[in-house]
Amino acid sequence: MVIQQISIFLENAAGRLAEVTRVLKDGGVNLRAIMIADTADFGILRIIVDNPDKALRILGDAQFTVKTTDVLSVTVKDSVGSLADVLALFEQNGINIEYLYAALEKIGETAVVIFKVEDLDKGLSVVKAHGLGPAATF
Amino acid sequence: MIWNPEHECMDKAALQKLQFARLKNLVERVYTNVPFYRDTLDKMGVKPSDIRSLADIAKLPFTTKDDLRDTYPYGLLAVPQSEIVEIHMSSGTTGTPVVDAYTRRDMDDWSEGMARTLSGAGATRNDTIQNAYGYGLFTGGLGSHYGSQRIGATVIPASSGNTEKQLMLIRDFKTSIITCTPSYALYLAERARELGIDPTALGVRSGCFGAEPWSENMRKEIEKAWGLKAYDIYGLTEITGPGVAFECEAQCGMHVNEDLWYPEIIDPATGAVLPEGEKGELVITTITKEGTPLLRYRTRDITFIMKEVCGCGRTTRRIHRLFGRTDDLLIIRGVNVFPSQIEHTLIEIQGVDPNYLIIVDRSAQTHLDEAELHVEVNPEAFSDETRDMEALRNRIEAVMKSKLGINLKVKLVEPKSIERSIGKAKRVIDKRSL
Repeated sequence: MVIQQISIFLENAAGRLAEVTRVLKDGGVNLRAIMIADTADFGILRIIVDNPDKALRILGDAQFTVKTTDVLSVTVKDSVGSLADVLALFEQNGINIEYLYAALEKIGETAVVIFKVEDLDKGLSVVKAHGLGPAATF
Repeated sequence: MIWNPEHECMDKAALQKLQFARLKNLVERVYTNVPFYRDTLDKMGVKPSDIRSLADIAKLPFTTKDDLRDTYPYGLLAVPQSEIVEIHMSSGTTGTPVVDAYTRRDMDDWSEGMARTLSGAGATRNDTIQNAYGYGLFTGGLGSHYGSQRIGATVIPASSGNTEKQLMLIRDFKTSIITCTPSYALYLAERARELGIDPTALGVRSGCFGAEPWSENMRKEIEKAWGLKAYDIYGLTEITGPGVAFECEAQCGMHVNEDLWYPEIIDPATGAVLPEGEKGELVITTITKEGTPLLRYRTRDITFIMKEVCGCGRTTRRIHRLFGRTDDLLIIRGVNVFPSQIEHTLIEIQGVDPNYLIIVDRSAQTHLDEAELHVEVNPEAFSDETRDMEALRNRIEAVMKSKLGINLKVKLVEPKSIERSIGKAKRVIDKRSL
């Protein structure tokens, strides 16, 4: 399924990440997945939360630079080779992956992986066709 | 509108005659009353009687900022102190402060210069002028205040800072003209938008901006942000404060009030007077000043005198928007660059805001200059992918390299993380110990 990811621009300065988590805590927003892409000078924090609208508002109020991106959440069996199978499926269908990361969510024997793909609609149709979609409810 | 057509639209020959008479009188006054100038002129073998034409000004010595510092506080006074009615001072952030002492007549000339300046931006007695330059020893605040009063406009002496109150005053008193530093004008607009106020809906129609170098692109930003016409104004504490030169509605160079402050352009290296149209250091002689008159004061500001006569009707000569100051000039690995050039270039790049900071340091290992440019990321340009952000950074570096010939390391920083200033914006931190 397609879910909303929130990205936050972070300078490489002490305390900025702690500040983001403090703002979310004060707003009662729960993190469901988190990942940082970092360079020497700055980082981009990507999060999935239970209440994206609220997170967007309180982070904006706290002067953070934020934006939302649609990403795919995909269920992957918690067993050897499952991710390889999913990626093979994406490759066969010509779906380019920009980045991916695992969510904190785990339902039974199934893990959830967040994919940012170049062509969201195409990605979604593959996920649906192979029954990898709607398990996670964030 | 033209405040003083008699002097601002004077026939060139008549103006030069007036300037010469005033210059001659000035040289006699300083020779008689200021030991510093008498000693200097004696050493050079120049007598007041040697000044027989306006061109003879080139025989006179220059005055530098160091001369003013060395004679602090009252060493250049040309009248008894009982004649002084007010003093002002430069901020002194770069050394001993320099003093300007005004007689009643000097106050009159200053108000006149500022009345012409504000009129150039369209001010009349029907306007409400919000003056957000700092009041106090700094000349910007009181200079604009006296000029507004001379015109008979309603002046709101808001002074600098207290941004939310400024916005409240603009809204409640229907401010039509604002006076402040250009960086503060942008900050005010930014703060207004944060508070859900559309600055363009407030009805401010023009602004007089000065006291710090700014660029043509920054003018466009301010005009867009406020929906006003932004006028460049020029002045300096040593000469009188604001009011020395100003833009008219043509917004094409600043008319010098040259019946009061006589301009020359010199080669900063040799001191030779340059012809009109050639870029160099602006030198000003205060031909009517009584309190602390100055001969050929080296402003360190880089500009040129424009050859063409302005279409507005004023005949006073214009100086081009400042290119920077001789002492603001950054020399990075031998390449000369003014911060205003960096600003101008930056604003042309999509996705960045005109808030920046230049940090220059010299590497302990290589002994080479390294300049870092901090640039605020515009929220619209923010991407969730690092490669997009790196592409933006690389693009800024490439443009700086191709347009200015300098290698700057660009660092993207969070919006609003660079300190906002209420007065003169600090754009450069030079850590080199040269």
